[in-house]
Amino acid sequence: MAGNRFNGYQDLGIGIGLRIPHYRHIFDKKPVVDWFEIISENFMIDAGRPLKVLDEILERYRVVQHGVSMYFGSVTAPDPEHLRRLKQLVRRTKTPWLSDHLCWGSVDGTYTHDLLPLPYTWEAVERTVERVRMVQDFLEIPVAVENVSSYAAFSGSEMTEWEFLNEVVERADCGILLDVNNIYVSSVNHEFDPMVYVNAVAAHRVAQIHIAGHSNYEKYILDTHDHPVIDPVWDLYARAIERCGPTPTLLEWDDRIPGFDEVHAEAKKAERYLTRQTVQLAEAAR
Amino acid sequence: MNLETLQRAMAAAVMMPLTADDAMAQTAPDGRAMEAVAGSFIAPNSRLTAFERLEIYNRQYWFRMLGALAEDFPALQAVVGARAFEALSVAYLTEHPSRSFTLRNLGSKLADWLAAHPERGGRRHGLAVDVARIEWAFVEAFDQEALTPLTLDEVAALSGDSRIGLQPHVQLMALEHPADDLVLGLHDRQKREASEAGVRGEAVPMEPMRLPRLRRRATWLAAHRVEMSVYYRRMEPEEYRTLSALRRGLTLGAALEAGFEGSKLAEGRRPKKVREWFATWAELGWLCRASSEEQPQRTGREDE
Repeated sequence: MAGNRFNGYQDLGIGIGLRIPHYRHIFDKKPVVDWFEIISENFMIDAGRPLKVLDEILERYRVVQHGVSMYFGSVTAPDPEHLRRLKQLVRRTKTPWLSDHLCWGSVDGTYTHDLLPLPYTWEAVERTVERVRMVQDFLEIPVAVENVSSYAAFSGSEMTEWEFLNEVVERADCGILLDVNNIYVSSVNHEFDPMVYVNAVAAHRVAQIHIAGHSNYEKYILDTHDHPVIDPVWDLYARAIERCGPTPTLLEWDDRIPGFDEVHAEAKKAERYLTRQTVQLAEAAR
Repeated sequence: MNLETLQRAMAAAVMMPLTADDAMAQTAPDGRAMEAVAGSFIAPNSRLTAFERLEIYNRQYWFRMLGALAEDFPALQAVVGARAFEALSVAYLTEHPSRSFTLRNLGSKLADWLAAHPERGGRRHGLAVDVARIEWAFVEAFDQEALTPLTLDEVAALSGDSRIGLQPHVQLMALEHPADDLVLGLHDRQKREASEAGVRGEAVPMEPMRLPRLRRRATWLAAHRVEMSVYYRRMEPEEYRTLSALRRGLTLGAALEAGFEGSKLAEGRRPKKVREWFATWAELGWLCRASSEEQPQRTGREDE
């Protein structure tokens, strides 16, 4: 299986997030990395060092864009300047697909810069679908929506989160960036079985998978991206790969960032699951 | 509750200032109990009430916003002190929440806001405003566009009627204090401390330090980018006024007239001065074609 139409039929392998503390290592040592994920907003600027760094990375590595402020579920329309700059960056990186979150975060032009959860209602499905379609049409590349970690649930919800996700992606005809750590975090915070979620996801639409670590608090867990991946999350990852086939996988590590080699080694742990699945698929094909 | 109403209600709650011990306020600005507000759209679970679940987002919002401002204004934080900086940040963000998809623009109005709020700058309010202007100018100079500069031949062919542009990355400032060295020193120190903390280090405010006493002295400054680094360059007031006038779209002749208005520089010495400026501007690539889109800078005080 070499990807699907939601990731441009790319089988990229295992990537890591491009982060400033690693720049020197990357440019000095030129490590072999399957691909880098960039945060789009960090490069949606006119000029200067960040774009120079990006261009140097693009000369050597494959890059996929991941956004944090498109807010597909916000009721207010996206800022045209945001879309213009995003498309400009898409042309620069030639990203095979682009992802952002299934959430909201701005209202009436004011931004919280957070990934706020949506109520799982039919109204929210309709609003979100409309916006995903509009962004996808404007950017002219496949868009994948990522499930977020959440800490609050809404009394008005009319379906489960995975039902909501499936409704949105089917109607918008878009891909999924399946974050198995987010599923785990939300499952603890909302007291559901995370494996039920993974088993319910529209597997044929999964363009990419995120893995990450999180932080435990007394009464809830927070998606902090500052720890290694825990075993229960690897179990969810293994099941996701089993269902989706080998899928481009990205380790997120955004806070208390260790050295490059440590982050890369943590990401490469995903290889055993990908390899196992590839072997099983090959055997089944014989 | 429809989606629009829910999002407005939740955003208002999330952006409400925290209490002194970083908790969510018990009462909304309209007097309603926050427990009732949260309960009107958030469901509790077996461990957390609706209030506690909403509070997680309220705390995250402020930690993120305050962290972002502190990252862009470390010298201002050092000048006013960590506690006063947090207080002024909360007041500023309450009045000017983010209106941009990117956190890069969060501090765009901070210097002007601080200038209008002397009660927030402490004993060294004027210095604090200058430091905020310099730090914001750094943000702008760091990633603003660099257009094709005028060639030497094009510069030589300019006349009094010519309209020319100034590179968008060039940021002009009229300050009350020569605060550029102070800001540079504090930024260097911050870089050193971050580097000593290693890759895994978290962004922590600088250690308390004794700042040098800076006497009030009118200073004209440009922040600009050469290659990929931001530099500061002090100027004479005539040069500053001329560049500001060019940026406002005046012809070269009118800009020079504005530049020398009230100047004590003898008339006979002015042509040599102007030639020196143009040599420097051409060398730095500051001049470019005038654009109809060329607008006065978004921040920074260009008028004395």
